Amino acid sequence: MTVTKAHIVERLFSQANGKLTKTDCARIVETIFEIMKQTLESGEDVLISGFGKFSVRAKSQRRGRNPQTGEPMLLPARKVVTFRCSGVLRNKMNSD
Amino acid sequence: MTKSQLIEAVAKAEGITLKMAELAVNVTFEAMEEALVNGDRLEVRGFGSFKVKKYDGYKGRNPKTGEIIEVKPKRLPFFKVGKDLKKRVNGEHS
Repeated sequence: MTVTKAHIVERLFSQANGKLTKTDCARIVETIFEIMKQTLESGEDVLISGFGKFSVRAKSQRRGRNPQTGEPMLLPARKVVTFRCSGVLRNKMNSD
Repeated sequence: MTKSQLIEAVAKAEGITLKMAELAVNVTFEAMEEALVNGDRLEVRGFGSFKVKKYDGYKGRNPKTGEIIEVKPKRLPFFKVGKDLKKRVNGEHS
């Protein structure tokens, strides 16, 4: 099964005990991810204790090859987002 | 940015109390955690998706002492960045 944003919204709605409408919940969940995206976009890491850390890493320019044609090409420098799982989560995932 | 800073930023952006923002952030990560603990796939459009990878156990060696150790099978989450976030960290606006 795939868990999506809709499940998160549903869960927030049921835990808010009528203090938030479903529309509020959807907007707030959207805002949470939007703020995390803005933070990563600015190059800053997002550290969620008990869950993990999202970081932005710079990859330098490198020479690659088109695997289909074998033609050499220059791959530009880019940034990637990596996730490192927290030890707490890792233990929870492996406790059976 | 830490979780508490995220909570503050959410409260400010949404005009809600810190307590409400804290609930929202906690519920979000609890739901994500539960998915991973259950071995489910997790997908947040525009942000990224998580898949649980299973690794078999194997017999390894401690490289320092040469001692044979048993490495148990394990499960780890694997994050794949979403299209929107991937573009945005590279300064391309979508």
